[in-house]
Amino acid sequence: MNELPQQLVNGLLLGSMYGLVAIGYTMVYGIVQLINFAHGEIFMTGAFGALTVYLYVLPDGTSMAVALPLMIVGAIVVAVAVAVGAERFAYRPLRNAPRLAPLITAIGLSLALQQAVWAWYPDAKSSVTFPQIDGGPFHIGNVTIQTGDIFLLVAAPVSMAVLAYFVMKTRTGRGMQATAQDPDTAKLMGVNTDRIIVIAFALGATFAAIGGVAYGLKYGEINFRMGFILGLKAFTAAVLGGIGNIYGAMIGGVVLGIAETLASAYISNIPGMEKFGSQSWADVWAFVLLILVLLFRPQGLLGERVADRA
Amino acid sequence: MRQRSLIAITAALAAGALTLTACGSRDSGDKSSSGSGGTTVTIGVDAPLTGDLSALGLGIKNSADLAVKTANKDKTVSGVTFKLVAKDDQAQASSGQQNASAFVADKSVLGVVGPLNSSVAQSMQKVFDAAKLVEVSPANTSPDLTQGTNWQTKKVRPYKSYFRTATTDAIQGPFAAEYIYNTAKKKKVFVIDDKKTYGAGLAATFTQEFKKLGGTVVGTQHINPDTKDFSSVATQVKNSGAEAVYYGGEYPQAGPLSKQIKAAGANIPLAGGDGIFDPTFIKLAGAKSTGDLATSVGAPVESLPSAKKFVEDYKAGGYSEEYGAYGGYSYDSTWAIIQAVKSVVDANNGKLPSDARAKVTAAMQNVSFDGVTGKVSFDEFGDATNKQLTVYAVKNGAWAAVKSGTFTG
Repeated sequence: MNELPQQLVNGLLLGSMYGLVAIGYTMVYGIVQLINFAHGEIFMTGAFGALTVYLYVLPDGTSMAVALPLMIVGAIVVAVAVAVGAERFAYRPLRNAPRLAPLITAIGLSLALQQAVWAWYPDAKSSVTFPQIDGGPFHIGNVTIQTGDIFLLVAAPVSMAVLAYFVMKTRTGRGMQATAQDPDTAKLMGVNTDRIIVIAFALGATFAAIGGVAYGLKYGEINFRMGFILGLKAFTAAVLGGIGNIYGAMIGGVVLGIAETLASAYISNIPGMEKFGSQSWADVWAFVLLILVLLFRPQGLLGERVADRA
Repeated sequence: MRQRSLIAITAALAAGALTLTACGSRDSGDKSSSGSGGTTVTIGVDAPLTGDLSALGLGIKNSADLAVKTANKDKTVSGVTFKLVAKDDQAQASSGQQNASAFVADKSVLGVVGPLNSSVAQSMQKVFDAAKLVEVSPANTSPDLTQGTNWQTKKVRPYKSYFRTATTDAIQGPFAAEYIYNTAKKKKVFVIDDKKTYGAGLAATFTQEFKKLGGTVVGTQHINPDTKDFSSVATQVKNSGAEAVYYGGEYPQAGPLSKQIKAAGANIPLAGGDGIFDPTFIKLAGAKSTGDLATSVGAPVESLPSAKKFVEDYKAGGYSEEYGAYGGYSYDSTWAIIQAVKSVVDANNGKLPSDARAKVTAAMQNVSFDGVTGKVSFDEFGDATNKQLTVYAVKNGAWAAVKSGTFTG
């Protein structure tokens, strides 16, 4: 049986999740040139926010049709609160400091958030079960799609469309583009840059929260460390697609997801490459791809859409 | 401005560091001692107390704590009060080695229980052996640790101070292969491992025996333990036509792996070693995990009369975590150290000799008692003489014993 279509779908799903998280890296970088390494943890707190709504706010046995929208709201509220708090108290005081200072702060914040969830969230010392959507898997030809994956397949493109509309068509979105191009001039033109930066963090957190819910629905469990590796992968996806470019984040995510999946499925079939084909090598191949892309297109797949700054 | 940002960084780092140390210090606080006076002997515990494997690690720590409390209450060794110090190795070899050095530096430590992971043990053995400090692991199953790297051809014990109450993969893997081929009648398996010392070793011994019995390995994969997305592997398993999957690794990956294999449409059991024998596996794998198999060392803990008392005492002890897969072995490992200390003290007119560490290590070789998991004693390599294993299957959301036995080869 030909497993290529199924493997492509597997890769697309994994990549869409990378993409949702990558948007946050790319937006924040595009506007303040900060690599927010705590973004993976914002994704994680979003997932825990959704779980909190399900476990402690809603009555037992609420159907997922009712619960899911509320869980998404809960996830977004928690993630945005953490991200905006981080911006206000950890990053804003360092805005004019050398670049390395906020970077190190981000790493410290990442550890602190992980340990805070570990220490204070009930039963979060090991993986916690996440509620699932009932209903069997769907079959299209010989491709199987799980019920939990449907959410991701719908949420990723919808989020992308909403974001594109927001950035291109609204007043705040244009202010955002202006701030990305030149913060000082934007300020002179009457753009409240502090507010724009907060909005960038909040938007990134919103998509990370949706990604967090998608992760829970897809894998059925969440844990306090889930944001670390996924955050690194999402950051890679953002670089691959062209950091600073929101479309690039999604494209980079999907390319990275598919590359990993295909590498783990097919490389071992090439004669002489059996040893390098298993899933544990998939990351290596994904990064080989990243290096190749950066060699020939240093600005990433889509390049940066905003104008260069010196 | 520069000054302010410095303060901010320091504050952030300090906050992070504080959170970390807070977790550490809470877990390593001494919880015993007091009373009886005389000498205080420290027993160290090294296990993953945080992270993915903390469910197993905290079970080890609590069970060791129970053994220490029991010994102090019953005055098992007169004139000696035992104290427990637990250190977190985060399932990482580097942390394990640091902990080992810290235990060696603390002169009151006469024995260490742990670690959980074979790969961590490899980094600790030499440190302990140089200090002649005895180490008893309740959970390591890699044969290399006691019989040397070339254990299949020539058995050489690398470190005299290392003992374990768990049995080895050299028995566990083949035992599972025999069960799957002869009893469950599955002739085609897909073998997956996580490339760690424990997982890869188990998968290798399983594969060897399964092929010898006449079975076919239709595919192999090595997963990356850092991810939870195994969809690509699951699709391969489904298309391989395998009748069962054997996984060498631990439950944080095995649970999602089992779930994703079934979701991909392959309704075949996943089998593994004692690393997946934990209630968390079932929680992670979901309802479709019914029929999944695990082998674990010894007879089922609940079935032994000696274990009943342990289970009761553990409940009465009010520990917030379950004792887990290695609880009984941890209690026995700790008790073995207590017994060794007792024989050393008895031989020295009720006092601790000056070279207590070396004497305790030597005495460990002759320790023998009826423990939670059955008869506890060690062979010439430091391995447990109790070589019994049990196959468990997931039934109604819990592990149920299916078959006990020994592998004779």
